[in-house]
Amino acid sequence: MTDIAEHAILNVDQVSVALSGRQILDQVSFTVGAGQFTGLIGPNGAGKTTLLRVILGLQRPSAGSVSVLGKPLSGRQQAVGYVPQKVQLDPDMPVRARDLVALGIDGNRYGLRLRPAWRSEAVREMLHAVDADRFADARVGDLSGGEQQRVLIAHALISRPRLLLLDEPLANLDLRSGQEIVSLLARIAREQQIAVLLSAHEMNPLLPVMDRVVYLAAGRAASGTTAEVITSPVLSSLYGYQVDVLHVHGRVLVVAGAGEQV
Amino acid sequence: MHALYTAIFEPGFFASPQVHVAVSIGAVVAVVSAVTGVFTVMRGQSFAGHALGDVSAAGGSGALLIGLSPLAGFVGLGVIGSAVMDLIGVQRLRGRDLATGIVLGAAIGLSALFIHLTSISSSITGVTQQILFGSIFAVTPGTLPVVTALGVIALAVLGTVGRPLLLSTVSPDIAAARGVPVRVVGLLYMLALAVSVGLSSLVVGAILSTALLIGPPAAALRLTRRMAWAQLTACLIGVLATWLGVLLAYDSYYWGASHESLPVSFFVVAIIFVGYLASGLRVARGRRCSRPS
Ligand SMILES: Nc1ncnc2c1ncn2[C@@H]1O[C@H](COP(=O)(O)OP(=O)(O)OP(=O)(O)O)[C@@H](O)[C@H]1O
Ligand SMILES: [Mg+2]
Repeated sequence: MTDIAEHAILNVDQVSVALSGRQILDQVSFTVGAGQFTGLIGPNGAGKTTLLRVILGLQRPSAGSVSVLGKPLSGRQQAVGYVPQKVQLDPDMPVRARDLVALGIDGNRYGLRLRPAWRSEAVREMLHAVDADRFADARVGDLSGGEQQRVLIAHALISRPRLLLLDEPLANLDLRSGQEIVSLLARIAREQQIAVLLSAHEMNPLLPVMDRVVYLAAGRAASGTTAEVITSPVLSSLYGYQVDVLHVHGRVLVVAGAGEQV
Repeated sequence: MHALYTAIFEPGFFASPQVHVAVSIGAVVAVVSAVTGVFTVMRGQSFAGHALGDVSAAGGSGALLIGLSPLAGFVGLGVIGSAVMDLIGVQRLRGRDLATGIVLGAAIGLSALFIHLTSISSSITGVTQQILFGSIFAVTPGTLPVVTALGVIALAVLGTVGRPLLLSTVSPDIAAARGVPVRVVGLLYMLALAVSVGLSSLVVGAILSTALLIGPPAAALRLTRRMAWAQLTACLIGVLATWLGVLLAYDSYYWGASHESLPVSFFVVAIIFVGYLASGLRVARGRRCSRPS
């Protein structure tokens, strides 16, 4: 992992965020390299969504900086794909799955579209890649949570981003759909050399594919391989109290320790 | 056969210059309203659309009071009102209701004042009727180019920001992340909405402009799964309702012994209402038969 710096797609440097006088993120730094699958792990309210919004330029940090492909915040939107945590897709919207994916190609362009983008080969391939051909013609609002998730991922991927940010994509998926999505993303990351940063509060579904982990707690972050980060000393110093890391049947459990202060 | 024909098209319908103007303006306004309204329904802003109708009413009656054409007031104050509503937070779901309600109340109050002042200070008759419920047969032929130009501007704006607007309607966060200036696009849409409401105030009146704005798109959205089709269907429903409304209002002159025409807006709105109910039947049946497996 020595060449990360040269191949770094995303570089988060000393980012702090304060909202309504409260410190949400405190000097968070890490990098994500091409082709890497990185889990952004942390409990509810840890600041995962806030951090992703900072990376996207939707939230201004109070200190620190973010660069994508070596460039600072503006004018790099094409390079970043985003799947937000909450997307309310209204069943009344006349938008089919393939229309939403097509909007990933040209949804940010002005003027009338002469050739409908949803007809394009790229849209068909993308829908196939996320296993969404079955419901390509259904209204997105009518789809199940997991199906919508696939369509949103396809929407984000079709503009060929170098960095893909996903905010809790597994939150309302059953175990199997979650596994499918995760292995799909890991494969895409490898094959297309995309940097994937995926947030979750539960890391176990990600353990088989995660190259690196960024662990957020109490506004601070630790990053590295899972072996480096998911250890009792590292997490204890993040949380500010004793935390035990238990390995049970190949799963990892992070539990509050016996109560001694660190 | 001939008897049926004259029963449908009462004498002089096709020769009447008022009918020509009404039919042309009605078509332009119905198309603009339908294209705008599809976005309005999708964005859940029909209440904002209605409030803009009330702002139009204040503008139209104010314009009459100072001797301008009502159209100038309908569109002019509507545009200002939409910008104000945008400023005080129509974009946010919570702020939206509040901003809309406040603007709406103020607008109706002003209309009441202006209409009262106009009717006591001038010889213009039927001001209330004209402003609130429309007066398409009283529109002068010279208004048609103005209406068309305004309509083309509104359509051009929507055509230009169409895709970014659709994306920010689906998800403002995704749109912003893709570099869409969500606020600016939303404001441009609000301006197009104000123009379209101002224009339909001319046809069905300020109070009823919402019906033309929301009705055809709401029915169309039940019938089709695609944006382009929804807009096309809404245009067809809107134009049909407007033309049929003009025809029935014209014919209604011959219905009773009193020889008083019934208002166009009543017929237009009634047809739209029936159309909306009918689209519901179609959906209910479609759901039962062709539920995807
Ligand atoms: N505008 C705001 N003003 C004040 N506090 C805020 C604001 N937005 C977020 N917060 C706080 O910032 C903290 C981090 O929020 P964030 O949404 O980033 O957490 P998260 O890790 O994504 O949580 P979850 O797993 O529940 O999605 C929370 O405690 C939240 O209450
Ligand atoms: Mg979150």
